Amino acid sequence: MKTILELEKVEKYYGNHSSLTKAIDNISFKVEEGEFVAIMGASGSGKTTLLNVISTIDRVTSGHIYVDGEDITSLRGDSLNQFRREKLGFIFQDFNLLDSLTAFENIALALSIQNFDTHEIEDRVKKVAKKLDIEKVLKKYPYQMSGGQKQRAASARAIITDPKLVLADEPTGALDSKSSKMLLEQFEQLNHDYQATILMVTHDAFAASYATRVIFVKDGKIFNEIRKGKDTRKQFFDAIIEVVTLLGGDANDVL
Amino acid sequence: MFCKLALKNIRRSIKDYAIYFFTLVLGVAVFYVFNAIESQTVLLDVTPRMRDMIELTNGILSAVSILVSLILGFLIIYASRFLIKRRSKEFGIYLTLGMSKRKISTILLLETLFIGLISLAIGLLAGVVISQFTSVLVANMFEANLTRFTFVFSVSAMLKSLLYFGVIYLIVMIFNTVNISRQKLINLLSSSRRSEKVKMKNPWVCTVVFLVACAMLAWSYWMVTAGIADFISSVEENFFLVIATGVIATFLLFWSLSGLLLRIFTSLKGIYYRKLNSFTLRQFSSKINTTVASMSLISLMLFVTICVLSSALSVRNYINATLRDEIPVDIEFVKYYHTDTDGKPEATQVGSFKDELEQILADHGINADEIFSAIVAFPRYESNILSLRDTLGELADEIELTNPELYIDSPEEVIHLSEYNALARAIGNPELSLASDEYAIVANYQPAITTFRNPALAANTEITIAGKTLRPKYSEVQNGSVRLSQAYGNDGVIIIPDSISLDNKEVIEWVAECVYRDNIDKKAAEAAIEDVFSHYGIYQSPDSDGTYSSFIYFNSRQEIIDNSVSTNAMVTFIGLYLGIIFLISSAAVLALKELSESSDNRDKFTMLRKIGTSEKMLTSALFWQIAIFFAFPLLVAIIHSIFGIKFCSFILEGFGGMDLIGAITTTAGILILIYGGYFLITFLCSKNIIREHRH
Repeated sequence: MKTILELEKVEKYYGNHSSLTKAIDNISFKVEEGEFVAIMGASGSGKTTLLNVISTIDRVTSGHIYVDGEDITSLRGDSLNQFRREKLGFIFQDFNLLDSLTAFENIALALSIQNFDTHEIEDRVKKVAKKLDIEKVLKKYPYQMSGGQKQRAASARAIITDPKLVLADEPTGALDSKSSKMLLEQFEQLNHDYQATILMVTHDAFAASYATRVIFVKDGKIFNEIRKGKDTRKQFFDAIIEVVTLLGGDANDVL
Repeated sequence: MFCKLALKNIRRSIKDYAIYFFTLVLGVAVFYVFNAIESQTVLLDVTPRMRDMIELTNGILSAVSILVSLILGFLIIYASRFLIKRRSKEFGIYLTLGMSKRKISTILLLETLFIGLISLAIGLLAGVVISQFTSVLVANMFEANLTRFTFVFSVSAMLKSLLYFGVIYLIVMIFNTVNISRQKLINLLSSSRRSEKVKMKNPWVCTVVFLVACAMLAWSYWMVTAGIADFISSVEENFFLVIATGVIATFLLFWSLSGLLLRIFTSLKGIYYRKLNSFTLRQFSSKINTTVASMSLISLMLFVTICVLSSALSVRNYINATLRDEIPVDIEFVKYYHTDTDGKPEATQVGSFKDELEQILADHGINADEIFSAIVAFPRYESNILSLRDTLGELADEIELTNPELYIDSPEEVIHLSEYNALARAIGNPELSLASDEYAIVANYQPAITTFRNPALAANTEITIAGKTLRPKYSEVQNGSVRLSQAYGNDGVIIIPDSISLDNKEVIEWVAECVYRDNIDKKAAEAAIEDVFSHYGIYQSPDSDGTYSSFIYFNSRQEIIDNSVSTNAMVTFIGLYLGIIFLISSAAVLALKELSESSDNRDKFTMLRKIGTSEKMLTSALFWQIAIFFAFPLLVAIIHSIFGIKFCSFILEGFGGMDLIGAITTTAGILILIYGGYFLITFLCSKNIIREHRH
């Protein structure tokens, strides 16, 4: 197995000397190719900061992050953008689709900015739309689509470039339970059938139960880590709930 | 405390205020510059007559200033409303913190006050600096020498600027207060985010509307250029019809293009899916979709600006270039007879005007021989001696039909050969010779020459005058003019042999055309003549029975030049003034429209950045998005202007002609400076807004 993502003693501080907040306090872990990892934690645990530094949207205070062998903490300026567009795929809680573009155009944009040829763009958009079952809404605008469709379109945009790593930030946060379930099943399928490496941040145990491994974060530190192994999803879900209970998570955070 | 908050607010939102501030400074500067012209003209060394004209110009400029301040007032209110909208969330937070609306109004009031004071100061400073350069222009426009080059600071213009802009700011404050007091907290807090719907128009309807708009425009264009004859035939109805058609067509054009352009672009897949083109074009089309009315209005305003500027400037260039050479003589005396009841002067009243004139001048101690190298006097006759219809012969009916604006029964100017030659000698024109049965026509007004003079001569039209039939000596007109009153173009004077004597009973008036000697002080000579013929240039000679039966007045070449120069200066100044203000208004509205969506823009660009778009691509997408938005109405306006300027130059042909190239170049320069300036500021502000914010 090849290591896709490696965090080495990553720290992220906010504030100044008098009031220092350690959003990430010495975290290290690895994600292998083909893994589907969920990062769980309560609000303020530092999980979103973690995702932000991995996605180079934010900078680490110290430590190193390697993606596909490359140290991304040393990247600056446009090489950051290049890294993002070539190696990463993004899925956001609020979809982040452009209102003025159709689903097709939104998905195509990820390829357009890499100067792909028109024919290839069309072929690949159609292919990825089929994978995510959104062929019928390709011509629609975001405001004409349901939340689930929007998030699947956003997912399509994230994976169309065959990124090394797909980062999902609370992807089910704005979806109803039915759409959430559908989306997560598709993540599972992408991970299983196409070996997509997915790193998902969530505070929803149900969503996390679709992953192959769950990392729990509390106060900027790794609190626990459990693997699904040969368990069924239900068993894995129960295991996650146990840890959440240990974490002292609010009942609201569980489903 | 509020003062501090207001100042901090200004400093913080300086980026938002950039366009507002730029507009205010520009407005104040332009206002000052044009109002300072008055005090600059005081320094000019000009004749009293010119001084009167200059005062008239200044009067009109201050009247125009009222209009200008109205336009600027609306613009500033519009801009400040935009700013309040941008900051509604901030006001919402103030309200939730328990600040009263009255206090928020106070903060806004102070902000407006500070911004107003700073912009007034900078605007006036800029105005003073600019007006140092314009004083040279002013002197140049009035063709006067600057008596001395001094630093000009117009107190009256400054006070006026302070007063007018003070009132505008006061109104803005009232508007802001009312605006804030009517806002609801929930709207203030939630106004930032609203989802955008893309309205797609039916492509077939768009195509039809587009074609209709094109047809309407084509008709309007045709009317003011190729079909100008039809247009002239009933100017009043056509004028409004053409303008209304143009306005509606422009609106329809924008309406249909907003739908069609996207269709066209999306079908060009090779281009559409390259880089951020899909995003840029979508942004552009959604913007013109929501701003069809204002885009049309802005486009029309730009069109008016371009036409006004280029026409006003070209008139000036023309006068300087050509008028001077076309004026044949220096001074013209006219003796006009009070007609009897049957409408004709008595034969006894008609005498040798030249002798009479010399006598009058001699009585006042002026030796006509000393100052004039030539005095050529000749009578003008009623139309039953010879009318235009007679000179046109068989072509008369046809020409009347195609040129309805011609007064075909008007009398022709007839002059004997020896009189014409005397004048030609004095002004250095070639002399003519005629056999006893020949006539010639002298003209230099090109439209008249081509439409009827040359055709009639080419047809060898014979004329009958005093019972004698004459045939044309030449098959085309001879170049030249005779009378001072033909300064703007001679449309034809008929030269007849001396052997034909005409009935004195048909005389309307006598004219005497005089040419100064080269070696005399022309200014002094003219002043002396003006003294004789009173301030108004009228001299009445009492008859033996004590009633006035005739009066004499004079026109001088200098007077005509002075009039033209000051008229042109006036037209140019008003054109520049209004043109620049229109330009500022339309550019500012466009800039505000673009910036009002900058917060939405920021979200979009942040998202694009997150998926890894390079900074270069983002910047170029932003640049093109704004560039297309600015260029689109300008492009339509330029196409309109091509025909508009053609029409203007046709109208102004009456003045002689225009130097269009120079005028258009200057217009383009002003356009690039102001419109381009707004574009640049908008681009830089937007770039700043979308810039990445890191922790």
